[in-house]
Amino acid sequence: MKPTKFLLSAAAAAITAGAASAEDMTLVSWGGAYQASQQKAYAEPYMEMHPDVNIVWDESSAEAVAKLRAMNEAGNITWDVVDVVASDAIRLCDEGLAMEIDPDTQLAPAPDGTPASEDFGDLLVSDCFIPQIVYSTTFGYRTDLVGDTPPDDICDVFDLEAYPGKRSLEKRPINNMEWALLCDGVPKDEVYDVLATDEGQDRALKKLDTIKDSVVWWSAGADTPQLLADGEVVMGSTYNGRLFSLIEEQKQPVAMLWDAQVFDLDGWIIPAGLSDERKQRALDFIYFATDTQRLADQAKYISYGPARKSSAPLVGKHAELGIDMAPHMPTDPNNAKNTFLYNYEFWADYRDDIDAKFQAWLAQ
Amino acid sequence: MAALTPISRKPLSMVLPSVALAGAFAGIFVGAGNGSVPMGMIGGAILIAGLAWFYISVLGNERLAYWINILGFGLAGFVFAGIGGGILGLLGGWFFVWFTYWLYEGRYRRKLLPYLTAQQVFFHYLFRVICGAIFVFLITPILVVLPLSFNAQDFFTFTPEMLRLDPEGYSLKHYRDFFTNNEWQRSFKNSLIIAPIATIISVSLGTLAAIGLSQSHVPGRRAIMAILISPMIVPLIISATGMFFFYSDIGRFLEGTLGMNKTFVGYLKVILAHAVLGIPFVIITVTATLVGFDRSLTRAAANMGAGPVRTFFKIQMPLILPGVISGGLFAFITSFDEVVVVLFVGSASQKTLPWQMFTGLREQISPTILAVATILVVISIALLTTVELLRRRSERLRGLTPA
Amino acid sequence: MTDASHTEGPMLAADGTPLKQSLARSLRRQKLRALLLIAPLLIFVLFSFIVPIGAMLFRSVENSIVQDTLPLTVEALQSWDEKSGELPPENVYEAFVRDMVVAVENKQHTRLGTRLNYEETGMSSLFRKSGRKIKKLDPDTDGPFKDKLIDIHDGWGDVKTWQVIKTHAVPITNGYFLNAVDMRRTPDGPQMQPEDKRILVKLFGRTLFMSLVITGACILLAYPVSYLLATLPMRVSNMLMILVLLPFWTSLLVRTSAWKVMLQQQGVINDTLVWLGLVADDARLIIINNQIGTIIAMTHILLPFMILPMYSVMQTIPPSYTRAAKSMGATNWTTFWRIYFPQSIPGIGAGSILVFILAIGYYITPEIVGGTKGVFISNRIAYHISSSLNWGLAAALGTILLAVVLILYWVYDKIVGIDNVKLG
Repeated sequence: MKPTKFLLSAAAAAITAGAASAEDMTLVSWGGAYQASQQKAYAEPYMEMHPDVNIVWDESSAEAVAKLRAMNEAGNITWDVVDVVASDAIRLCDEGLAMEIDPDTQLAPAPDGTPASEDFGDLLVSDCFIPQIVYSTTFGYRTDLVGDTPPDDICDVFDLEAYPGKRSLEKRPINNMEWALLCDGVPKDEVYDVLATDEGQDRALKKLDTIKDSVVWWSAGADTPQLLADGEVVMGSTYNGRLFSLIEEQKQPVAMLWDAQVFDLDGWIIPAGLSDERKQRALDFIYFATDTQRLADQAKYISYGPARKSSAPLVGKHAELGIDMAPHMPTDPNNAKNTFLYNYEFWADYRDDIDAKFQAWLAQ
Repeated sequence: MAALTPISRKPLSMVLPSVALAGAFAGIFVGAGNGSVPMGMIGGAILIAGLAWFYISVLGNERLAYWINILGFGLAGFVFAGIGGGILGLLGGWFFVWFTYWLYEGRYRRKLLPYLTAQQVFFHYLFRVICGAIFVFLITPILVVLPLSFNAQDFFTFTPEMLRLDPEGYSLKHYRDFFTNNEWQRSFKNSLIIAPIATIISVSLGTLAAIGLSQSHVPGRRAIMAILISPMIVPLIISATGMFFFYSDIGRFLEGTLGMNKTFVGYLKVILAHAVLGIPFVIITVTATLVGFDRSLTRAAANMGAGPVRTFFKIQMPLILPGVISGGLFAFITSFDEVVVVLFVGSASQKTLPWQMFTGLREQISPTILAVATILVVISIALLTTVELLRRRSERLRGLTPA
Repeated sequence: MTDASHTEGPMLAADGTPLKQSLARSLRRQKLRALLLIAPLLIFVLFSFIVPIGAMLFRSVENSIVQDTLPLTVEALQSWDEKSGELPPENVYEAFVRDMVVAVENKQHTRLGTRLNYEETGMSSLFRKSGRKIKKLDPDTDGPFKDKLIDIHDGWGDVKTWQVIKTHAVPITNGYFLNAVDMRRTPDGPQMQPEDKRILVKLFGRTLFMSLVITGACILLAYPVSYLLATLPMRVSNMLMILVLLPFWTSLLVRTSAWKVMLQQQGVINDTLVWLGLVADDARLIIINNQIGTIIAMTHILLPFMILPMYSVMQTIPPSYTRAAKSMGATNWTTFWRIYFPQSIPGIGAGSILVFILAIGYYITPEIVGGTKGVFISNRIAYHISSSLNWGLAAALGTILLAVVLILYWVYDKIVGIDNVKLG
């Protein structure tokens, strides 16, 4: 019996020791290098200024919508600030699961006094969403497996003859459907009109059918870099920051395909239904973490573009590698020659419809 | 079955074809690597049979034959295929010369019953080889994980440097990461808090209930058993969501109404959830031990004036202890390796090791996971070996011959 | 005491009460003691597991969202004949606008759209798109609404839309269960889903089939190993047991990722085969992201659950039986098949039920190595819980899965008896 008692008291001591420290504030993010950049650019300086706040990370952004819905139903919201992609933010806002934010009163203005709503501009795609970074979903390919003519066109992904081998695509319709239609001959500005129809959706799936057997489907951000590093796939879609770290930090024989990459946004939301005290704290953190300097600081650690216009000139060199970060940003003019604009409203409306079809197609 | 079987040398007519067969088998791989399988087989058979004949009939010195063969094969392997080939050559050389003498000297019969027929001996060893293959299947994934945890890169990939055994390709950085990274340390600590307490709860409640269940005349026994086993048979994802809603309510009650500490309640929720998951294993193992339990022992104890509590600790407990311990081990592993439920029930402050590993797999490929696994494997080998050594020691002390 | 010698009444116990009564009392006390021992755990499991799971499974029939969000519309729709093929009358449209204005205010309409989208693809976008415009209407002054709504989105001019709303307006529905077996609620009663949406029955079949294959593979691999462990001297078998326990102690996630490293096309197995020349470089085996991958990895992961019960049963089989059989002239095969094997059946049974039940509910391993062809019904449940948020369907699928497992459990209990399951 003695060891039991000892264990219990040791555990109790450990638990209370943990509890005695500062108040925990739970931030939800994606893990990996991205979360590390947030830790260095936002969380560490914030904790230095507020020693009474202890920031805890939860890497659950991928399931944020499901979990917030469950928390909301259970009336027990354990998260304080949540990092989500813009389309999830729209969905959360629509369902009343996220708090509405007034950018001009609740966010910091630019250093020259420009109000936040202007500084962020049209990146404020939802009333609840505070944009943080601009990223793009694009393809990386193995330079040693594609022969003498590296792919330079998005449709090379669908060309199994010129580029045999597996490709990795995300296990969801968003982006894949657009690319499929583009390569099926739909002009860029008509893609969403076509995709809104049943025939257009079937057409996109039919195009994807042509490569279905050669696709490895990924669902976690770390998958494609691993598959590329293994040589398991010839090319694969992923976020440009992941590819940057694969190429520049890990020195893998991989290159990026900057064509029809899809611009997207990632940012914060504050869950609805927090107590006043926690809400105040969350707002205070957001005010700090989305100001001009902080957003520019984040770009030192990862190749995503800051969401504020005023941050762009402040983007410097990579904190460890010392390379210039600007040319690696998805916003750089050289990279953004032929980008594809993601239509938030469309996907907010059609996500459920098309996702149901896509998942059924996948399981066939 | 001791080493009483007399052994005798076997005729070359039996040894040479056998080793030739083994040589041909190895030749398949060499041959396939160089273009022609049949040539490889013939070459392998001739080479090995020839060497065997040479060692036995001409050389006649076993020790010398060992040296010649091992070094010869190693050298040949090194010349043809570099360091990897060299190591493979050394191993192959050792195997063939060992195999030759094992057959020739008749050593293979040494530990077998003397009256076994040749066919029975053959099946005996065939069976051993099959079992060996299954053990290899069991252990290979772990053997793959060990070297990968020393990868100098951040991927789960054997790099060319690693395959060349180049020290450049190896590093301890993932181990450093585990020991210096706060997240890993915190989750490790959390697991060490949650798993033992959950185990204690499920073992104590489970053992009591199993004893109750094992008595005769328990009304509704089947139904009770089904309820207690249910955490094992409900798909985890359903349990996880169900428990999420339940523990949210409990949490709100404890924090709001009773004003308990938030962190404490957080741990309590995960511990209770894990305790429930571990219960079926305890129930199953303990009832299984109790089936063979001699009830007259407790009656005898009661007869001699021991109360029920005393009877339990002095008589029943020591006898069912093996069942309780193995049930406890299962319960511990259930909690220590559980990721689905804790993802729902826990909050970030209760992040456990599997949770951290899960994130590590999904969001940031980091071989730190493999480093952690390696550390845990080493610890469990050490634990299992210690237990076995202690068992042998106590056997010796009690004057028993090793079973 | 004294009258015990000369009364002819019932037999009495030492304290003077009739023996029958005394025995009954002691039996009652025994029962009570047993129940008292079981009670703490039973109450704990009942409250913290059975009740929450029951509540979760109740979601498979719970469907109050339509009625709660559109109370007036549902009432107005009562008088509309959904089989008439005609659009509902103006009063339904007016009630609908009233309901929607409130729902948009409370941010409920998108949830309803998502809910109805499970039944009829297109409803989600219909509700979301219309919600933004209906918000601007005033129910008291802006009527009549029929044409206005059809103007906002032609979905409101489609009889099917209203049929879907009416069909799914019941607070307790069988809709999710129908969905779970590839059927759906329609005005004309349950019907099959369209061809391209029928995936769940197939998935159930695949889950059962693959779990059977995995169980079979585990039996084949575990039997010789358990036999070896049970017959070897203790000190050797304990050392070999480490090889069995080691994978068992290693995290499931680690083992699964190890299999990924081994099975992929540039993985350890393929590389070795290519290096040995058994497989051409351009014809590498495809053993991951399909059923084979799932079967191999799960067989490995569940193998200890088969070996441990088998081993503990085989340990109790006395070697003298087989020796006796042999000494009486039985061949090796007869000895094994007629003497040893029948005695080892409880071990096979215990291991099989354990492996099968665990396999049928697995989802992390198939998710990582199964691709799209090697996934189980649990993956679908997980998808509906965390991604499509169709918790009703997830609960229905889970209920069916649980029913299958319970039937198996019951059959097993009848045949072998749950007491005979041993784990190490």
